[in-house]
Amino acid sequence: MAAKRKIPIKTRNPDLIRGVGKYSRSKMYHKRGLWAIKAKNGGVFPRHDPQAKTPAVAEKPPKFYPADNVKKPLLNKRKPKPTKLRASITPGTVLILLAGRFMGKRVVFLKQLTSGLLLVTGPFKINGVPLRRVNQSYAIATSTKIDISEVNVDKFDDKYFTKEVVKKKKKNEGEFFEAEKEDKRKLPEDKKEDQKVVDASLLKSIENVPDLKAYLAARFSLKSGMKPHELVF
Amino acid sequence: MYPFKRYVEIGRVALVNYGKDYGKLVVIVDVVDQNRALVDAPDMVRSQMNFKRLTLTDIKIDINRVPKKKTLIDPMEKACVKNKWENSSWGRKLIVQKRQASLNDFGRFKLMLAKIKKAGMVRQELAKLKKEIAA
Repeated sequence: MAAKRKIPIKTRNPDLIRGVGKYSRSKMYHKRGLWAIKAKNGGVFPRHDPQAKTPAVAEKPPKFYPADNVKKPLLNKRKPKPTKLRASITPGTVLILLAGRFMGKRVVFLKQLTSGLLLVTGPFKINGVPLRRVNQSYAIATSTKIDISEVNVDKFDDKYFTKEVVKKKKKNEGEFFEAEKEDKRKLPEDKKEDQKVVDASLLKSIENVPDLKAYLAARFSLKSGMKPHELVF
Repeated sequence: MYPFKRYVEIGRVALVNYGKDYGKLVVIVDVVDQNRALVDAPDMVRSQMNFKRLTLTDIKIDINRVPKKKTLIDPMEKACVKNKWENSSWGRKLIVQKRQASLNDFGRFKLMLAKIKKAGMVRQELAKLKKEIAA
């Protein structure tokens, strides 16, 4: 077949009505210049013989035929969208953690990491919550905001929080009976330093607001008569 | 003595306790029948309301039956209905309730601290007085 043109050409034969062109077949023959093509080719229309096909590569028979027909799962090219941060959560917001070790603790939000989790800190000195990642769904955002402009959180990302890979040593018989010599995994000094640096600037902003330090030190709990759907956070 | 002190009468100010106009102060402007009253306020369209939706207050103003809106607003201003209401203990309680309901979590925490502080001071004074009596 003739090669496809990149730009579709306008027809030289405008429609009078749908199905009826303005020019007859002989007029169109002249308009399209088929006479010129024939003249160039010695009175006949140029003919392109089909190109010699390259012989198809012989397919090797497969080494293994599975006993049953195994269904292939359908192709899924969907990519998950980046987690949307709730409008009520902005840097410096006080969040209430709802689950986990620090359930009920009031905590300061620093930034959202690329994985979608929220980077959060106690500050550690006030309520014992370190630099930590927290899922948005397990946090209530209060309307209390703290000035967080002095804090630099650029160096924290998801890689900072991955577990250290400990190479497992092969135990011989003798070592099995020895007491477990594994010492507890201690927090490296530089992470402690990072915590101190972040908290230092935060503590200054916190101490400027009266009662805020005691507020962050206290845990939240539902008391008698509190209706969560009526509470303003 | 008499079992009732607040009567349904023209000019009686009532508090709406149910429905779309919950919490509003309205004036009874006419009585429709045994169960319903015609009720009006400066910021609402005059409408009928069942008595069950109204709680009578102590405040009463001097108006004729079904006055025009302007003739309603003037005596209300003269009698300072709003001021009387906001200074009454009932009115003050409602204002405090509304304010406390709108407190955020930090506000509730500060309120708790203030309550504890106040109770501590009261207890100190009481202890002093008890000591004086014992002495």
